[in-house]
Amino acid sequence: MPVPTTYFVLFAVALFAIGAAGVLLRRSGISILLGIELMLNAANLALVAFGRQRGSLDTQVFVFFVMAVAAAEVAVGLALLVAIFRARQSIDVDRLNVLRW
Amino acid sequence: MVTAVFYVTVVVGVVSAVIAVSHRNPVVNVLSLVVTLFCIAANFALLGAEFLAAAQVLIYAGAILVLFLFVVMLLNAPEVPQAHEPRPFQRGAGVLLAALAAAGGTLIVIRFGAAAPAPAVAGDAHAIGRLLVGPYLFAFELVSVLLLVALVGALVLVKRKH
Repeated sequence: MPVPTTYFVLFAVALFAIGAAGVLLRRSGISILLGIELMLNAANLALVAFGRQRGSLDTQVFVFFVMAVAAAEVAVGLALLVAIFRARQSIDVDRLNVLRW
Repeated sequence: MVTAVFYVTVVVGVVSAVIAVSHRNPVVNVLSLVVTLFCIAANFALLGAEFLAAAQVLIYAGAILVLFLFVVMLLNAPEVPQAHEPRPFQRGAGVLLAALAAAGGTLIVIRFGAAAPAPAVAGDAHAIGRLLVGPYLFAFELVSVLLLVALVGALVLVKRKH
C-alpha cells in the first residue's frame, strides 16, 4: 500500500511554511538563505509527488534542474554575504539599510 | 513498512526543520537542515525517484550545506539579540504569513483530494539520463553555462581589491 500523494504534499506544505517563517523572522543573512533552501526543497518534494500522481518522469528532470539552479543561487548568495560582511562587519539584514529611503 | 518509514521521516524532518530556522547557533541551523534534507531524500526514494534521492544527498547535504558551513565558520558572526525589537509587528506578521501559507496549501490539498496514483515509473539514473540527453538536452547544456556563470560571479564577488 503506497503512501497517498496528499500526505507527501502536506509534508511539503509544512516544510514550506517553516522555511517561510524562517525567512520572515530571522535577521541573520545565513538563516534567511537556509530558509530559502528549505522552501526550495519543499517545492521539489511536492513536484516529485505530483509527478508520481501523473506517472510522469518529466517532473523529476525538472527537480534536477531546480537543484542545479539552487546550487548556483547558494554560491552567489553566500559570496554576496561574504562581501557584505567584509564591507559592514555584520550580516544582520536590519543593518543593511544603505539603500533604504 | 513504507508508511512507517514515511511517518518517521515526517516527524524527524519537521522537528529538525523547526530547529534549523529557530536555533540561535548558525552551526546547529546548518547541521539540523542536513537532517531535514536527508528526510526529503528518503521521501524521494519512497516516491520511486531513486536518482533524485541520491542527487539530494550528494548535491544538497554533500555540497551545498558544506558550502554553508564554510561560510558560517568564515564569518563567525553570531546573531546578536538586540536590546529592543526594531519593528515589533514584524514577528507577528511573519508568523501570520507563514501560517497563512500553511493553511492555504493544506486547504487546496484537502479540497482537491486524492485520486489513486498512476502506476509507478522507475526514476532511476538510466531513465532520467535518457530524458536529460533527449528532450531536455538544451536545458541540460544551459545549466552548465549557468553553473559556470555562478562560479565566476562568486569568485568576482569575494575577490579582494588590491
